[in-house]
Amino acid sequence: MQKRVIFPNKILPYALLAPQIAITVLFFFLPAGQAIWQSLLMQDAFGLRVEFVWFENFARILKDPNYLAAIKTTVVFSSAVTVLAMAPALLLALMADRQIRAADTFKTLIVWPYAVAPAVAAVLWLFMFHPSIGVVGQLLIQMGVKWNYALDGNQAMLLVILASAWKQVSYNFLFFLAGLQSIPKSILEAASIDGASARTRFWTVIFPLLSPTTFFLLVVNVVYAFFDTFGTIDALTKGGPGTSTVTLIYRVYVDGNNNLNFGASAAQSVILMAVVIALTAVQFRYIERKVHY
Amino acid sequence: MIFRRSLFAATAAVALIASAGLAQAQQAQAQQAQAQQKVQIDFWHGLTQPLGGLLEQIAADFSASQPRFQINATFRGAYPETMVSSIAAFRAGNAPHIVQMFEVGTATMMAARGAIIPVHELLRTTGVAIDFNDYIPAVRGYYALPNGNQMSMPFNSSTTIMFYNKDAFRKAGLNPEQAPRTWAEMRQATAALKASGHACPFTTAWPTWAQFEQFSALHNVPLASAQNGMEGMNAELRINSPLHVRHLTTLVDMAKDNTFRYGGRDGAGDALFASGECAIIHASSGFRARALREVPGGAANVGAAMLPFYDDVAGAPNQTIIGGASFWVLNGGPGRVRSADEQRGIAEFFAYLARPEVAAKWHTDTGFLPVTRAAFARVQATDFYRQNPGADVPVQQMLRGASTENTRGLRLGNMPEIRVVIQEEIERAFQGQQTPQQALDNAVRRGNEILRNFERANRS
Repeated sequence: MQKRVIFPNKILPYALLAPQIAITVLFFFLPAGQAIWQSLLMQDAFGLRVEFVWFENFARILKDPNYLAAIKTTVVFSSAVTVLAMAPALLLALMADRQIRAADTFKTLIVWPYAVAPAVAAVLWLFMFHPSIGVVGQLLIQMGVKWNYALDGNQAMLLVILASAWKQVSYNFLFFLAGLQSIPKSILEAASIDGASARTRFWTVIFPLLSPTTFFLLVVNVVYAFFDTFGTIDALTKGGPGTSTVTLIYRVYVDGNNNLNFGASAAQSVILMAVVIALTAVQFRYIERKVHY
Repeated sequence: MIFRRSLFAATAAVALIASAGLAQAQQAQAQQAQAQQKVQIDFWHGLTQPLGGLLEQIAADFSASQPRFQINATFRGAYPETMVSSIAAFRAGNAPHIVQMFEVGTATMMAARGAIIPVHELLRTTGVAIDFNDYIPAVRGYYALPNGNQMSMPFNSSTTIMFYNKDAFRKAGLNPEQAPRTWAEMRQATAALKASGHACPFTTAWPTWAQFEQFSALHNVPLASAQNGMEGMNAELRINSPLHVRHLTTLVDMAKDNTFRYGGRDGAGDALFASGECAIIHASSGFRARALREVPGGAANVGAAMLPFYDDVAGAPNQTIIGGASFWVLNGGPGRVRSADEQRGIAEFFAYLARPEVAAKWHTDTGFLPVTRAAFARVQATDFYRQNPGADVPVQQMLRGASTENTRGLRLGNMPEIRVVIQEEIERAFQGQQTPQQALDNAVRRGNEILRNFERANRS
């Protein structure tokens, strides 16, 4: 016989949910709704003349070859940032998970960069890689590399990818470390007794058991690369040289904040929102199947 | 015993500090009470130190010079941030009374009828008089309607000039007192600098302002149709003319043979000259103070000269245009008009800025242009220019040749965005991804789209 739990009170559950719903509505649904509404308007900077234009903003953006180029840039940028933010974090977490001296110190130091604001992180990288004043930049030039990211699109891309990924390594490290520590030691010991090498243990035991963490971080990092990186790009390259480091979110920022073109900016953010919703759905639909909880 | 004594001393000290603090607080309160009786006028500016401090001092001097009005000057980030935050404040209904806006924001502000109070209207309603005929035409014209009505209050104006490193010239066997006058001489001088082992003979700050906007005025050709947009919002860019293409080709060729280095967008090139890495730079006249302070060898090592030109172009060299910023009067928000008292205070502050002694002091303190003839005459009467050779180069460059429709200024909507587009396209040319002709054709096409968008959003 099945025992069912029923709340006799009809209001209490909703009352308990209310704070969470209020926050979600206030900070997610309302702004998203506003963005959709704004994307259908055309207005001057001061908001003195507002005109409803249906989908003209969208049509204009999708016709713009530079917008299509930004999509390509974003794909390259986001996948590179995601991989470069996750792989080293996993490696560091594996190292830190072993019995080592001063493990806590290492952990603290690795977590530090996460506290650095994006713009400040970008300035740090600027001071290292600037061709004239940067230590690494000057070293590269002395070694005969034609290093000038102000004029070399690939170098500029590399720089913004590294700076963006570096900032996220700490966050991933924390989660990977927690994931590793939740793997039962007995399973690893059993594998060792069976004669599995460190490499085999990692790929057959640790990595599959880490998959929930990895999957969660994949979603988070893709979202980070899509939405949270415009500050770094703005401080390092301003999208240049040419438009080689203009990503979708950077264009949203520039069109809305610098160019005061709110309609175009809102339309782009609506497109971006749709893309990320679709991407997350795909991740949950296909990749999550391979995840063992 | 010792402990007791020191405890007593400590208590006494604390009491003393506390009472001093109290007195100070009372004094501050008294000042505040006095200030509160004054009409408060908020003024947002976009000048970093030391310039911002000098500007705030002017506001403080004005507030102290009369009993009725108090100007509260605050720094709100660089020009673009100040522009964005004041517009956001207007939309939220708490805009500052006065905002300092860079010159390329002029068209955006002029189109915002209802948000701004034009200076000529402000002066008419308050009955305060400012003699704009005494202003340097290029300065006044940039912020006035074609019919002469002044829209904003000109203040800090600069122009592009050439700075060069005299030591580098000496090492290259060039005359350190004779800067290149034409682009042909530029090619010779930079080749000599390169031959003498200089890694970066020439760079430019503000690539679009220096090499396209000023270049057009200097050669008396239009940057855009409709008198550079002064005539109306239907202007189209004209920077893919043969002369502009020729100039970008020159720069690309020089970049290829390493006599020119692209130093980056906006003011990024400044650092290359300040560090001594580059021997020649085209930069804002407002860069002078930094150059004198930072270039190795100091003031004696920095030469200033007018911008070079192509001497086979008829009409060159003509006068250049200005950059810098002006002061705009804003209403509080949609439907929130300023009171008569507030307008009066703003107008009197502007009249104070126009005084020859105030304008002259600003010029000599900062290196910005003297905006009125009276201020220029006042400085000429002193021995400032003899003690500071080169400080008058920008003024002379502004007054050379004739004032034409190509030198009156630019009035293009969304100009900051257009500048970025031009920079993006010329960067692609420097990378060899497209020819100079393609770069400028693309810049014109994309720039015109931006202009049409502005026209669309601001019609009616």
